[in-house]
Amino acid sequence: MKKRSLVSINDFTKEEQLSILELAESFEKNPTRKILENHVVATLFFEPSTRTRLSFESAVSRLGGKVIGFTDASSSSVSKGESLRDTIKTVCSYSDLIVMRHPREGSARFASEVSSVPIINAGDGANQHPTQTLLDLYTIKQTQGKLDNLHIAFVGDLKYGRTVHSLVMALCNFNCTFHLVSPLELKLPSSVKIHIKEKNLVYHQYTSIEEIIGSVDILYMTRIQKERFSDPMEYEKIKNAYILRNAMLENTKENLKILHPLPRVNEINEDVDDNHKAYYFEQALNGVYVRQALLARILGVV
Amino acid sequence: MSESTMKEFKVSAIENGTVIDHIPAKSVFQVIKMLNLENFNDQVLFGTNLESKKYGTKGIIKVSNKFFKSDEVNKIALVAPSATLIEIRNFAVASKTVVQVPNEIVSIVKCFNPNCITNHENIVTQFNVISKDELKLQCLYCEKITDKKTMVIK
Ligand SMILES: [Zn+2]
Repeated sequence: MKKRSLVSINDFTKEEQLSILELAESFEKNPTRKILENHVVATLFFEPSTRTRLSFESAVSRLGGKVIGFTDASSSSVSKGESLRDTIKTVCSYSDLIVMRHPREGSARFASEVSSVPIINAGDGANQHPTQTLLDLYTIKQTQGKLDNLHIAFVGDLKYGRTVHSLVMALCNFNCTFHLVSPLELKLPSSVKIHIKEKNLVYHQYTSIEEIIGSVDILYMTRIQKERFSDPMEYEKIKNAYILRNAMLENTKENLKILHPLPRVNEINEDVDDNHKAYYFEQALNGVYVRQALLARILGVV
Repeated sequence: MSESTMKEFKVSAIENGTVIDHIPAKSVFQVIKMLNLENFNDQVLFGTNLESKKYGTKGIIKVSNKFFKSDEVNKIALVAPSATLIEIRNFAVASKTVVQVPNEIVSIVKCFNPNCITNHENIVTQFNVISKDELKLQCLYCEKITDKKTMVIK
């Protein structure tokens, strides 16, 4: 993986993904190791995403590296109309690796073509966010002890949620069964379902959480945005059906864990937070270990 | 035009070169553009809205002293999937082939996704053809799929 970019989760094989997860475990045990002294990592956030940026910057700092960059495009030369090509060409001569988030789909792939240093995609529009996928895999493995043969439910906006698309595709390597809970308008696109079928795996579709909550190992919640509905009345009708409340967790499997990419709005009621099955804040923390592992591998220091 | 004069027009007019037959009538000008025949120096003849038993109407293009390489010409399958390439040597048909959609499409198609980086920076578009029958092209950049309905030729 040394010197390679990570733009799409499929850029890394299953074995490479697993080796990152394994290395992340060692950073969870011992997060502070000065192995990136003498390294400069650029974080280019063409659109703000405080959570993801802080997670990356924390990962770099704990490894002793330096961070340069900008936190939103309005404070940089981009606002003066500089092309992405020119920004990347300039920044890659100042840094050993570039972490970038950009509002346009395909921007990270393009950057990886013009850059002389590796690119880690921290989100390109609605397309890919591979470090989120890696941290989700890490969290599932951490809570279940394995990635194979699990029953995983995805709830909410399965049509537009890129987090869901990438995670479903990654889990297709692990013989999982997919339980897809969404309003009819927001079902998982066929372009993603094709991957499930290709691997001869099984998915089931539902319109309410109750239908399936009792028999799954992971409940992956996502937010439903009002803007996604052509008819606002339709949203009003269904919105309460996709909110998880603590009472619903009675009679669920003992090993069930609830995940969410965060930030949440109201799709997980706060009364769930104290339940030991709630795991979304731990999930976010795992992002730092996974990013440490990724940075160390790509920069070739481990 | 009678059947016999049609035939005459189709095959006999050039000594050496390529005849592209069975082009949908509406796509003739697009094919000319895709093959960059606007800047071709030798003789180019074309006809459109000609009668065709099979397709109702069709177009035909004849290019003198030019033999296309397959990857050079196969891209026209995007707008003319049933086009036939007839190579003429010494007024005789030397070979006849039907165009095929290539595995990769470079530069000629615009990505349908308005938020794709290729529609905002000076980037040559690239697509992997994931279905030749249904014409599904996956953008190498945004990974979205442009199909027959959304396809715009640059
Ligand atoms: Zn695109």
